[in-house]
Amino acid sequence: MTSLRDRLATRSLAGVAALGASALILSACGAPPPSGGSSGGTSATTSNYLGCMVSDSGGFDDKSFNQSGFEGLQAAVKDLGIQEKHVQSKADTDYDPNLRSMVSAGCKLTVTVGFLLGDATKSIATANPNSHFAIIDYNDPTFPKNVKPIVYDTAQAAFLAGYLAAGVSKTGKVATFGGIKLPTVTIFMDGFADGVKYYNQKKGKSVQVLGWDKDKQDGVFVGDFKSIDKGKVLTQGFLQQGADIVLPVAGPVGQGAGSAILDANKTGASGKLLWVDSDGYLTAPDYKSVILSSVQKTMTKAVEAVLKDDKDGKFDSAPYIGTLENGGVALAPFHDLDSAVPADLKGELDQLKKDIISGTVQVTSQSSPKK
Amino acid sequence: MAEAQQVPETAQAPLPTGPSQPTPSAPAGATLLRRIVTGTPMVSLLSVVLAIVIGGILMAVTNPKVATAAGYFFGRPGDTIAEIFRPYAALVQGSIFNWEGADFTAQIYPLVETFTVSTPLIFAGLGVALAFRAGLFNIGAQGQLIFGALLGAYVGFTWHLPPGLHLLVVILAGIVGGGLWGGLVGFLKARTGAHEVIVTIMFNYVASFLLLFLLTTPAFQRKGSTNPISPFLDEDALFPALLGPQFRIHAGFILAILVTWGVWWILNRSTIGFEFRAVGANPNAARTAGVNVGRATVLVMALAGALAGLSGIAQVAGTEKYLSGGVAASIGFDAITVALLGRSTPWGTLFAGLLFGAFRAGGVSMQAVTQTPIDIVLVIQSLIVLFIAAPPLVRAVFGLNPRRPKKAKEPPRAKAPMSTSGAAS
Repeated sequence: MTSLRDRLATRSLAGVAALGASALILSACGAPPPSGGSSGGTSATTSNYLGCMVSDSGGFDDKSFNQSGFEGLQAAVKDLGIQEKHVQSKADTDYDPNLRSMVSAGCKLTVTVGFLLGDATKSIATANPNSHFAIIDYNDPTFPKNVKPIVYDTAQAAFLAGYLAAGVSKTGKVATFGGIKLPTVTIFMDGFADGVKYYNQKKGKSVQVLGWDKDKQDGVFVGDFKSIDKGKVLTQGFLQQGADIVLPVAGPVGQGAGSAILDANKTGASGKLLWVDSDGYLTAPDYKSVILSSVQKTMTKAVEAVLKDDKDGKFDSAPYIGTLENGGVALAPFHDLDSAVPADLKGELDQLKKDIISGTVQVTSQSSPKK
Repeated sequence: MAEAQQVPETAQAPLPTGPSQPTPSAPAGATLLRRIVTGTPMVSLLSVVLAIVIGGILMAVTNPKVATAAGYFFGRPGDTIAEIFRPYAALVQGSIFNWEGADFTAQIYPLVETFTVSTPLIFAGLGVALAFRAGLFNIGAQGQLIFGALLGAYVGFTWHLPPGLHLLVVILAGIVGGGLWGGLVGFLKARTGAHEVIVTIMFNYVASFLLLFLLTTPAFQRKGSTNPISPFLDEDALFPALLGPQFRIHAGFILAILVTWGVWWILNRSTIGFEFRAVGANPNAARTAGVNVGRATVLVMALAGALAGLSGIAQVAGTEKYLSGGVAASIGFDAITVALLGRSTPWGTLFAGLLFGAFRAGGVSMQAVTQTPIDIVLVIQSLIVLFIAAPPLVRAVFGLNPRRPKKAKEPPRAKAPMSTSGAAS
């Protein structure tokens, strides 16, 4: 009782299968590479050194420190010819097993990211004294000798950003908000507030900072590093209160601040955005027309440098502290908004940077990394 | 054992002709063979095979190494097959036996790790399964787990009690925390008729955000730190390690097996368990038969919550040793799958928990050894579960569905009554 339709269907199915099979055969007729050769040796100077990385639950595509650190690992593969392995954590409970798997995979140095991995890094490092570890954005004085913390005195660069914002603001109000109240977030806000304060002292002005009170260590937070819409609502609130420059310290949530400022500028306002971690002009190009500058933490370079040192047998457990002096933290170029910054303000910023490096101007934050 | 439990499996009307049920007629050779082939273990095996094939195709599409090897498939087919099977080998290597391990410890580490990872899944899975048997969809294992972990951890790092007693108090705190959180759902259901699915989902949110909030308060933070991580639990408050510090396995695993037996006993040997099952089968009939349905609902949800609370204790007093915002991972939701996969029987849940634990443990090495992206790992694992959970689909794919009696399909018989009735009227 097979109908014509059934038969047709079978036949056309067979036709499709035949077509697919022939395509497969055509594409599968290539010559195999000579056997016995080592696989994946593209770099001229391949090394057997194995550098590894474990992300926190944000994943390697978080547009923040996981991503920057991972780019450092990839740069090391390219520039130093090392081998790499990386494992992404899906939950906090993955850290310990993931770190163990890296050790048993034979990693010489494993980079971990963030305070969430602090305890796991400490316990695995203690149990495996012959493996080396580096942890980004976290330091624990009780770390064993085979852990190198990579930390940043971000307050120094944020201080410059605060001074810049106070100098550029036309309304006399600038604002900041954070993702979650963590030391690595509030250190930006401390430096920013102090930079504004320093500007006021020098110039006899009274530029206000909304969103953070350094003395009380309290301010405005989104509650996570994901809710872009909340960042937008918060920024709209700041703009309505009269602020014209906003520093969101919340990773991708900064995009919400960017779109709020873009919207406001369509109706005649002149809001500006300060980005964090990376140069937002390059990493968040949607908002490049309003990005005044960025408070950068150059994690990519730091990770590559630590891997290079370890490969060359020069590993040490002294914390790497990114400062203005060693370029670990920096104020990014003004790019398109260069004309918005008066020439004498640029000069003052250059001088201020020198003063901070020389110690003439002290930048303090209770969240600053301790040596 | 899972098979022995199958008769009361879904708390619904039993299927009249399940393939695994013995039929009174003496099986001929062919039907016996068919029954073996279509029986649950065989279907499970075939579903794994099917998932491996589909997962292999997936990896072939997503993995550049496989694509390269497939480019010269006819030149050296072994390469393609080897590239496809390498992640699976890593899965086994990371969950059962590591044949490349340097010493015995390294070789059996994966199996022990599977037991460790499955411990919280078993507890939470039992909680979900128990509620299922009473006809309640407990989606709230996540929240109950968090509440148990919250209370247990707090008792673990603020109180300082003598060894032995401290762990006992921590376990009790977990049971009370989870039990209250679950019991409250049962109470709302019994008193107001609020649907347990909605209530438990909302309670999950309340619990997880409460945890996040509490971790921002000094009472739950470490001294001198403002990171949202609690202090470590006291050493006495932790489950003792079973095999020394090289392994993560702790006494919670033994407790999980004992509790599995306990849940089996409650369900199948106790009066209250009988009431649970009666309510699950038909609440109205149970009420007519004199069962206090409201009391049974509150009790079963409290028990389910207590089991999920124990899962939280397995986390804070077992592997994690402190409280963080992600202490529950996705265990409470995986538990639903574990319970369903275990057909809501206690021992079935235990084995489903072990299977899931093996996936979790093996997923780590699939990532670390072969650099398969974790998302693909999870897709493949979910496919395996999907096929195991849908035996008819697998039987259909392999053409193993029992042939229907030919009579049903014959047109004359179907048409005959219609034509006669048409003629009659």
